[in-house]
Amino acid sequence: MIDQPKPLLGSSRDLVDRAFGWLAFGAAALVLLILGMIAMTMTSRASSVFSKMGLDFFTTKRWAPPENIFGGLSFIWGTLYTSLIAIVLAVPISLAVALFITQVAPRRLKMPLVYVLDLLAVVPSVVFGLWGVLAFASPIQGVYTKIHHLVRGIPVLQSIFGDTPQGRCFMTAGIILAIMITPIITSLAREVIETTPQNEKEAAYALGATRWEMIRGSIIPHSKGGIVGTVMLGLGRAMGETIAAALVIGASIGQLSLDVFSPGNSMPAVIANEWGEADDLHKSGLIAMAVVLFMITILVNVIASTIVRRSMARSRGKRT
Amino acid sequence: MAIETTPVTSNEPVREIDSRLRSAVPRRTDESRRLDAAPVVFALSHVEVFYGAFRAVRDVNLEIHEHQITAFIGPSGCGKTTVLRSLNRMHDVIPGARVGGTVNYHGQNLYGPKVSATEVRRRIGMVFQKPNPFPKSIYDNVAFGPRVNGIKDNKKLDEIVEKSLRGAALWDEVKDRLRNSALGMSGGQQQRLCIARTIAVEPEVVLMDEPCSALDPIATARIEELMRELKHRFTIVIVTHNMQQAARTSDRTAFFTAELDSTSDQRTGLLVEYDATAKVFSNPSDTRTENYITGRFG
Amino acid sequence: MDTAVIDLRGRASWRTVKNTIMTVVMVSGFVVIAIPLVAILWSVIARGAHSAFSQFPAFFTKEIPHISRLPGPGMGPAIVGTLLVTGGATALAVPLGILGAVYLHEYGHESRFAHLVRFMSVVMTGVPSIVMGLFVYVVWTMRFGYSAFGGSIAMACLMLPVVIGSTEQMLRLVPPNLREASYALGATKSRTIVTVVVPAALPGIVSGALLAVARAAGETAPLLFTIGAATQFNPHLFEGANNALSAQIFVNATSSFAGAQDRAWGAALTLVLLTFLITMIARVFTARFGLKR
Repeated sequence: MIDQPKPLLGSSRDLVDRAFGWLAFGAAALVLLILGMIAMTMTSRASSVFSKMGLDFFTTKRWAPPENIFGGLSFIWGTLYTSLIAIVLAVPISLAVALFITQVAPRRLKMPLVYVLDLLAVVPSVVFGLWGVLAFASPIQGVYTKIHHLVRGIPVLQSIFGDTPQGRCFMTAGIILAIMITPIITSLAREVIETTPQNEKEAAYALGATRWEMIRGSIIPHSKGGIVGTVMLGLGRAMGETIAAALVIGASIGQLSLDVFSPGNSMPAVIANEWGEADDLHKSGLIAMAVVLFMITILVNVIASTIVRRSMARSRGKRT
Repeated sequence: MAIETTPVTSNEPVREIDSRLRSAVPRRTDESRRLDAAPVVFALSHVEVFYGAFRAVRDVNLEIHEHQITAFIGPSGCGKTTVLRSLNRMHDVIPGARVGGTVNYHGQNLYGPKVSATEVRRRIGMVFQKPNPFPKSIYDNVAFGPRVNGIKDNKKLDEIVEKSLRGAALWDEVKDRLRNSALGMSGGQQQRLCIARTIAVEPEVVLMDEPCSALDPIATARIEELMRELKHRFTIVIVTHNMQQAARTSDRTAFFTAELDSTSDQRTGLLVEYDATAKVFSNPSDTRTENYITGRFG
Repeated sequence: MDTAVIDLRGRASWRTVKNTIMTVVMVSGFVVIAIPLVAILWSVIARGAHSAFSQFPAFFTKEIPHISRLPGPGMGPAIVGTLLVTGGATALAVPLGILGAVYLHEYGHESRFAHLVRFMSVVMTGVPSIVMGLFVYVVWTMRFGYSAFGGSIAMACLMLPVVIGSTEQMLRLVPPNLREASYALGATKSRTIVTVVVPAALPGIVSGALLAVARAAGETAPLLFTIGAATQFNPHLFEGANNALSAQIFVNATSSFAGAQDRAWGAALTLVLLTFLITMIARVFTARFGLKR
């Protein structure tokens, strides 16, 4: 295998080695390439609409494609409002479930419970939407009507839970989104909660605290930062979730309403619903909507993951 | 990297060597002359190694001769492993590591501009402190090196695998289970497998970095026996913490220590003494060597 | 001397009541989320089974009725389409994702570029699927028309950062001394990666990839703009419009015809079973072969 005074020079094997390195580099750079291309091509396709509407795109609620008027405000509002509803519903439940799984449930139940939750996470979003529109919207309308009757007469509440509730409205979209993002928030919250050092928990118990007092005193202060980041990640998910929302949100145009029971629209929903019959200019308007959605969700996700990462690093640092 | 140093208070040179060491080293003055006559494999000249800005070892000058076992001994952190790894360019895989001075292998500079590190490592193999078999079968572990070298013929591979496993005194124990995972073996067996794997590519030199420190005494004894056989086919350089092991098995011994560098505030390793093992253990030239060998520190 | 017995029984107080209340709250949280899960699965199984299995195997083999108000099966083309599109996306995203992760962990380490790519990879996982779909529409479908491959590209873009992330995690678990042993035997870096490192991490890599595939199979939005809405079987990846289970569910869900809605439930059941199957396989892989953390 070796002849002694053979020089120790490189061979063709080293060329293959280099080539592999470059191939791997290219694959990694692909991420940057794709993101860059998304930003560039979408913006350029939408540029005609942006230049025509200017800032009005964000401030007008009037959306009339046949007249070349594209005001995105109502959709931006819809996205924010449904995401808000989703967060308001999902966060307390997710935290309760996360605390339940980590602190209350008997050890044996823990794995099956986590399994069940992960199952929920795997169900495709379109199935949620299907169920929402065909099996949920009609029955829940009755519930909405009852709620409306309950708050009739109370000033602010009666406009939020308005009259003539529809099955397909902000509220339904918010509920469906909440169901969809709960598993994610729960599993991330679980991770954050489990970084609480064991001896901080034991210290609370040793002082005679009840379980709830231990949670309040040790776990919550420790996990606060991470939970905030987790909630924001859930928010990002809710905002980008297209299909389930599109099916149940009601597809109204150009309305800005606080009434959760009124049909509304959101950025992803209007794109999905109107694309099929849109002409070129209309399509550009929808693409412009997508660009705005892109920016907002990226912003939320970046802030969220930075917060989560920082707080996990901090809590691990405390441990060692 | 700190060493505990007990200062020597007496003025008299210390002659009292541990009697166990004395008996482990037979007097071989004729052999000393024979040792020097063997051809030189490595010639190190003013070698120093940096990790970033930290100089781990400095000014190493020594020659390694063919078909001999050379031992590097010394306390922790004095550069023995660092120097060993510079002999097969393992520092290349550590970002920020740099080797200065000249390491000549049969007259060629190992770190010369056109020299390929992978070629170097095919001729100069290494066995590591903790046995690190691949999570593959015993056969595939030993055949890995030859396959890397382009040998594809199954019959030839079978031959090489058997020869290497015999050379590592492992064949009889594993010949019926060559396709089993290597991870199912004991620590001593795994280390002998790593030795078989290393000699399968028929290197000229086998470097060993504390090969027995993770093993029990019986496994250690078997590997020392193996080393004595292998030196007839290969040149062996071994780093060891175990002085008795060095005294028992090696032909030459190099003693390293670490001293506070005047320029930086760090401890840099250096070579103190390098001679035939018999001499180093019975009549060391340097006080530091004596102190280490008699157990005054280290 | 006081011989009173120490009473350790404790009294009910506001604190214990509060503790119990909060426990009830936590349990009910779980119940609240379990209810919709059960309801959804129930609907999907009950209505889907009725639609898909009452006329077995027609549901899986017949074409989609051209005129959507017609009742009756089937969803065959959509099933084929889903498999085609998902298969194509996997073939694109998994090798590139593994290579990208290899670069990040074995070559880039902590360099600025590697950090940038990791960060952008996280950003990319947050891109809404509808944006991906529109992007591929603009760069591909507008030029080459509807095809299953367009859908594959869009899905692959969604899968890529997920595969990179999970693969890098697995590569981190491979002990460094395995790489050392390989180098010491004279293997090049690329050889070491391909024959030692990746095989050692393979079970984890595979299950991570499978999870990405399961998620991709359920995606709808990227397909709406890229594959069209064929009603006949189209087993060709590159030619002609195609269909997929997720897209069909979406279209049929808004239909007011019972026949179309029926098919949607059947398709939903099929899709859910498919994704569950892939996820289960991934879990089994990790459990049996995975490296311990």
